[in-house]
Order: sequence, then structure tokens, then C-alpha cells
Amino acid sequence: MLVALLLILVAVGSVAFHFLSPWWWTPIASNWGYVDDTIIITFWITGVVFIAIIAFMAYCVFRYRHQEGRRAAYEPENKKLEWWLTIGTTVGVAGMLAPGLFVWHQFVSVPEEAVEVEVMGQQWQWSFRFPGEDGVLGTSDSRNISPENPFGLNLDDPNGQDDVLIQGDDLHLPLARPLKVLLRSIDVLHDFYVPEFRAKMDMVPGVVTFFWLIPTRTGTFEILCFELCGTGHYTMRGYVVVEEDSAHQAWLQEQPTFAELLAQAENGTGDVANLVSREGKSDPAARGLAR
Amino acid sequence: MAHAAETAYVPPAEVPDVELYHPKSFITKYIWSQDAKVIAIQYAFTAIAIGIVALVLSWLMRLQLGFPEAFSFISPESYLQFVTMHGMIMVIYLLTALFLGGFGNYLIPLMVGARDMVFPYVNMLSYWIYLLAVLVLVASFFVPGGPTGAGWTLYPPQAILQGTPGADGGIILMLVSLALFIVGFTMGGLNYVVTVLQARTRGMTLMRLPLTVWGIFVATILALLAFPALFVGAVMMTLDRLLQTSFFMPVIVEFGEQLAYGEGSPILFQHLFWFFGHPEVYIVALPAFGIVSDLISVHARRNIFGYRMMVWAIVAIGGLSFVVWAHHMYVSGMNPYFGFFFATTTLIIAVPTAIKVYNWVLTLWRGNIHLTVPMLFAIGFIVTFVNGGITGLFLGNAVVDVPLSDTMFVVAHFHMVMGVAPILVIFGAIYHWYPLITGRMLNDAMGKFHFWVTFLGAYAIYFPMHYLGFLGVPRRYYEMGETAFIPQSAATLNEFISVVAFIVGFAQMVFFFNLVWSAFKGRHAGRNPWGAASLEWQTPDIPPGHGNWGAKLPVVYRWAYDYSVPGAAQDFLPQNLPPDQVAVDYGRREDLPGVAAQPAE
Repeated sequence: MLVALLLILVAVGSVAFHFLSPWWWTPIASNWGYVDDTIIITFWITGVVFIAIIAFMAYCVFRYRHQEGRRAAYEPENKKLEWWLTIGTTVGVAGMLAPGLFVWHQFVSVPEEAVEVEVMGQQWQWSFRFPGEDGVLGTSDSRNISPENPFGLNLDDPNGQDDVLIQGDDLHLPLARPLKVLLRSIDVLHDFYVPEFRAKMDMVPGVVTFFWLIPTRTGTFEILCFELCGTGHYTMRGYVVVEEDSAHQAWLQEQPTFAELLAQAENGTGDVANLVSREGKSDPAARGLAR
Repeated sequence: MAHAAETAYVPPAEVPDVELYHPKSFITKYIWSQDAKVIAIQYAFTAIAIGIVALVLSWLMRLQLGFPEAFSFISPESYLQFVTMHGMIMVIYLLTALFLGGFGNYLIPLMVGARDMVFPYVNMLSYWIYLLAVLVLVASFFVPGGPTGAGWTLYPPQAILQGTPGADGGIILMLVSLALFIVGFTMGGLNYVVTVLQARTRGMTLMRLPLTVWGIFVATILALLAFPALFVGAVMMTLDRLLQTSFFMPVIVEFGEQLAYGEGSPILFQHLFWFFGHPEVYIVALPAFGIVSDLISVHARRNIFGYRMMVWAIVAIGGLSFVVWAHHMYVSGMNPYFGFFFATTTLIIAVPTAIKVYNWVLTLWRGNIHLTVPMLFAIGFIVTFVNGGITGLFLGNAVVDVPLSDTMFVVAHFHMVMGVAPILVIFGAIYHWYPLITGRMLNDAMGKFHFWVTFLGAYAIYFPMHYLGFLGVPRRYYEMGETAFIPQSAATLNEFISVVAFIVGFAQMVFFFNLVWSAFKGRHAGRNPWGAASLEWQTPDIPPGHGNWGAKLPVVYRWAYDYSVPGAAQDFLPQNLPPDQVAVDYGRREDLPGVAAQPAE
């Protein structure tokens, strides 16, 4: 009757919603398809359990509804049944945990040949840094941050001189190369996420965190901040452009290096208005956020 | 072990009667009251009142999410303030307070056969400190800068920096309020634990306790062990904010300015917070588990299936809840190898939880199910809890959490499993025990309306929300603006969810009206309208009077689940019914142990 039918409707409706829903993950643009696969496995196992439990409950609500003369059974426990249910559940849980841990192991194991790129976050914008010709990112310290040195690079580390610095612009990444994305924040927690990449990690001031990926298709994708970082959290957006290696190299050539920025600051030329610290104050104000 | 008669006679332990405080004036009876039943009602009123504030905040949030740009009074700052206060109030000041302070205070002494809690004066203080904590929290709405908008998780460094609303006064009042709450709850918690351990009446062994008591008991142990982590985190953050210490504050350049902090660890706060925060969700869930077991067994006239496993599952879940906390931190930047450990423990905890679900459903199986309003809410709990628990398996599996963390999938998960399921139990419990507390029944038609709109409506709100999370819609975003990967239909879904939320909100008004109306006009309930076997219904007076039991404490002869006992004429045997008074039904006699065989007539 009604209650049992409505329970069945909830179960069937949920399944129907899942298959008919236009709201599903955005097409993947990285090598982390295994994450999607693990989600599908989880859906199958848990979906079957969900339907089974609700269907059985609907059956019981109908079949054992109170009627004149009905008396419930008296059975404090049934060790065999409980034992089998425990074993079955453990098998199901293991069936989800095993692929999950396998893929997690891949997620935390960065390939040797990965190229490093740094994403620096601050309230409420993104900046990026590439290692430049020498392939090594210069060391940095937030205490060095100043208008002339917005990334806080250590001036006595020669590796930092040729680092390519991008501020207030899109991030470009090369297609099909393993990339280790180093994440830095200079103020509060942030999180660099591109939904098509399926990979993210918080950026914690005081430490450098990371994740790695291989971009697998070209295109322009959106960057969103995925850890609450204050009033402007929802404005901390950007774009990443994945392009062929040659195009990426060409783009890199056009970007300023740290040495060039230092020289510009020294000479008094260069676009001082592009200074990171100023943008930090003006950006939210420009978008109408009261302080 | 669980049948009506004793086998060998072992005299039960003597439980000395306690010296109760006997109040004489209105003030000592109903205001500065040491009676756990009055304290329970005080907790319940306060928790529900502040819960209504949080409910209104949720409507404001849904107004913004469903109709961005439409309401200019909702700014990005105020949105974050609504989000934060809604979350903190609901988790701590409503759910924890209502389950432990409200239901715990009313039901524990009655269900264990005691006259009151073992430390009644401290119990009274615990309520007034809780009330003070609530008032300090409410005060944060009125200080310059308003309440904190740091998110209920209050992560540093942003929680105490200028880029977050309420960094001036709001965050300090929040931390002080939490510290007060924890002090008050330690006082109450000691009462609940020690009363269950020491004040059970003769014959009431631990394994004869109703599961309601087990759930609240284990939850209280969790609270006593977990809240200190939040307490120290709050103290350290207050020191960081007021004295420029750097427990959680690393080197920070805020809007171009080097701050005076350095060398602290934001991740340390997260460990402390979640070491509290994960047991906290079980502090909310375990009493719900216990209560729903009793609702199902009473209204299906059937013993709870697998009582011993249910007890062990509660204990196992409680213990395991202390080793899963960093599943909230997979993408926090902590050592990634921790992910292996915490994903494993998190998925292990699913096993005892699933066993409880099976046992609830198996109690319905071969039962005699009365579809009363409490039973409907219990059924609604099972559906929503299974859904919410399952989505927890997605998030607990570390790598699956990576794309889903901080999306609306997480918001949908924790609302379904903590906001919908336990609240359905609270409603069912109120409909169930209202006749005990007031002597009257809540109106049935209003109850059924309340149930159907709340259950179906809440499901319609949170089930689709998971799919916004799969899309990649983030949480705690004031608005999405132009986002290429989010289709326009997602905005329509947000509108739909908001509209349903307002409808569900309206249904709660019907419930509140019912609570008040039935107190005066409700049908008189009589002694034990549901035919429940547990002790709280067996007091000489309904509602129970001062001292609960009259001149003599009850003696208990059986567990709390003797429903539909084969051979017994009545379809339930109260826990304190002596075996020689059990009426035998010779027409249906099977093995009724201890009763001499009689020839059929």
C-alpha cells in the first residue's frame, strides 16, 4: 500500500534521476580517469545495496503491516544470518577500498620525469612560476615578498633568476607531459582546482604541497579556488590553457623571467601597476566587495 | 537469556535510594531546577529556539543560492556569516544539545530506573552554562563586524584575519561560546555516564538497557574524550588572535603587508578540529541510532533484531570514530601517506554501521508494523541514513574524495546523513515521548502531513545536490557567475532546491503549532499508549512526578524488548513485570520458559 509504494518510488526515482540527470561530471582532461572509474565501481556496489535495502523494507512494510490477529515473530538474534551479512558487507567494502587505494597510490607517487610548475595563491588571485631554462625552480620565502619581488624568490639562489613569472594572466600547460604542480600560499589556505583535471590539493602557507597530472586534451579550462579563503573566495578564478608543446614553448618565451622583472624594477621601467601586492588590495574592491 | 523468567535465583544488588533535593518554590521547581526532567525540557526549548534561528539562516542561504543577484541585502560577507552560524548552531547547539542534554536528561534516569541523575546540582549548572554559551554566540550577531564568516570549521589562518568577516569580534565570541559549551557539556556528560554506570536499579544489567541508553551513553563517552581537542584548539586560536602567538599562524603576507606571525601550522588546527569533529558526528548519530532502534521495535511490536550485535556495533563505531578523523583532510596538504590509513579505517567503520541498518530492517521483517507517526519517521530515517552513509563511502575512499571535496557533494552528504536522518529521529522521538512528558497525544493528521512533506521534501533537496557536486559546483561560494562547465540547468536546479526548502520549512511551522496546540487540546494519552516495555513508561504517574518512582524503586526482570513473546497473553512485557505476573495465553503457548506446563482447556 501507500507507504510501501512511496518507498519503491523513492528508490526507483533515485535510479532514474541518476541516469536521466543532465548534471554529471565535466569531460575529463587529464590522466585521472581511474578516479572516475573508481567512482563508477562505488556507484554499482552501493547502488545495488541501496535498492536492495529499500526494496526489502518496502516489502516488509507491506507484508508485515498490522492486521487483526497478526503477531510478530520473537527472535532475539540469528547468528548465522548476522555473520553472513557481516562477511558480505566486508567483501563489498573491500571491493571499493582496493581500487581506491590502488589509485591513491598512483596519485601520491609523482613520476620521475615530471616537470615542475608552481602555482602561488593569495587573497584573491593566482600567480604562476615555471623553472625556466635550467629546469629548476628557485627557492623562495614569504619573508622576501616585496613589490619588486612578488614571488619572494631568494635573491642569492641563481636557479631563480631564469624562472618565468606569470601574474594576472592565464596559466598555460603543455599537453601530454607529466607535471608536478607545486602549490604555495602566502597568506591563508587556498586550493587550486580545475574540475576537468580531477586533481586538487590545498595550498597551505608555510609549506609547499603538490599534486601531479598529465593533461590529455587541449582546451581552455577554468580554475576555481576550492578552500574557503575569505570574502573574495568566490572571485578567485582564472583560466588554464592546455596546448601543444611547441605552442607552450612559444608562450613561455614571451613571458618575463625573474631577472627581467628585477631589472625593470631597478630601472624604474616596467608596469609597476602590475604589482601583486597592489592587485591584492584593489581586486576585491574593484568587484564591489565592501571591506 | 532474554526470556521472561529467571533460571537460578541470584539476589540482585542493593541499590541505595538517593537523597533528592525537594524543591518547594516555583523557581526551584521550574527555573533553578535540579530535576533532570525539567533540565531536559530547558535544554530542548533552548536548542529548538536557537535551531529555528539556524533554520532561518538556511533560508537566507537558499535565497542567495537559488536567486543570486535578487537580494541585495545578502552580501558576500553576510553569506559567509550565514553559512558559518547555520552550521555551528545546527551541529553543536541544536543536535548535540538536544540529543544529549534534552533526550539524555529526560530518558536516562527513567530508563535505568533511577530517581534522577547522580550529580543533580552540577546537572543544573550544565544547562545554565549551555544557555550562557548560546547567548554569547547570539551576541556575536551584534558586535561590530558581525559574527564570524570563517565556515563552521573555523580554519586558520583566515578565521582570524581581515579578509574574513567577523575577524574583529565575531570570532572571539564564537571561540568563547564554544569553550563555555564544552565546560557545560562536560558537567552534563559526567552525569549521563556515571548515572548509567552506577545508578541502574535492581535487575537492570547493562545488557538489559534499551538501545536509546546505549546510544546516548557511548556518545557521551565520545564527547568527554573528543571535546577537549576542540577546547584546546579554540584556546590556541584565541591566543593567536589576541596575543599574536603563532600556534596556527605561519609566515603571512596579508594584502602586501608582512604580519607578525610565523612558524605556526594551519594543519595542526585541522588535526585538532577533526579529532573532535569526527567523533562529534557520531555524538549526534549514536543517540539517533539508539532511539530509532527503540522506535522501530515498539511500533513493530517486535524485539530489536540482534540486540547484542547492536550494542557491540555502537561500541565499535564509537571506538573506531577516533581513528578516522583525517578523512576530512585528504586534500589538506598533510602527509599523503596518511591517506592509506584513514581510508582503510573509514571504510572499516562502514561494517558495524551497515550491520545496524540490516538489523533495523530485520526488525521490520516478520514484525507487526503499526504505521504510526513515530514509525514513519523511523522508516524515513533508514532511507535517508542509508543514502547519506553510502555517499560517505564515496568520500571516505581517499582518491574519490579528491574531485569531490569542497563541492556540493560534501554538503549534500553531510546534510543527508546528519541533517536529515537524525532530525527525522528527533521528530519521531518527540511524537513518541510527547505522551509521556505531557500526558497527551500529538495530533495525528498534522503529524502525518509533517512527516511526508519533511521526508520527501528533504530527500528532494539533498539527493539532486550530490549531482551538482559531481558537476564540480563548489561549496561556500557566494555565486558562480559565468562558469563554462556549469550548464544553465544547474541554476534551475538550485532554484528548485530553494523552493522545496521553503516548503519543508513551512511544514516545520505546522509541527511547532502541533506541539503547542496538543499540549492543551491533544487527546489524552492514558498510561502507555504505545505499549512500550521500557521502564520510562512504567512510572506510577504519567507524566512522571518528582523522584520518578514513588516510594519504591522498580525491580527489573527482563530486557527491554519482550514484545510478542510466544505464550504470553499481552503483546508486551514491561521490564519490571514480575515473572509470576506474566499472563499466559494457553491458546498460543509455545515455549514460555519457567512457566509450569498446563493442560489445554
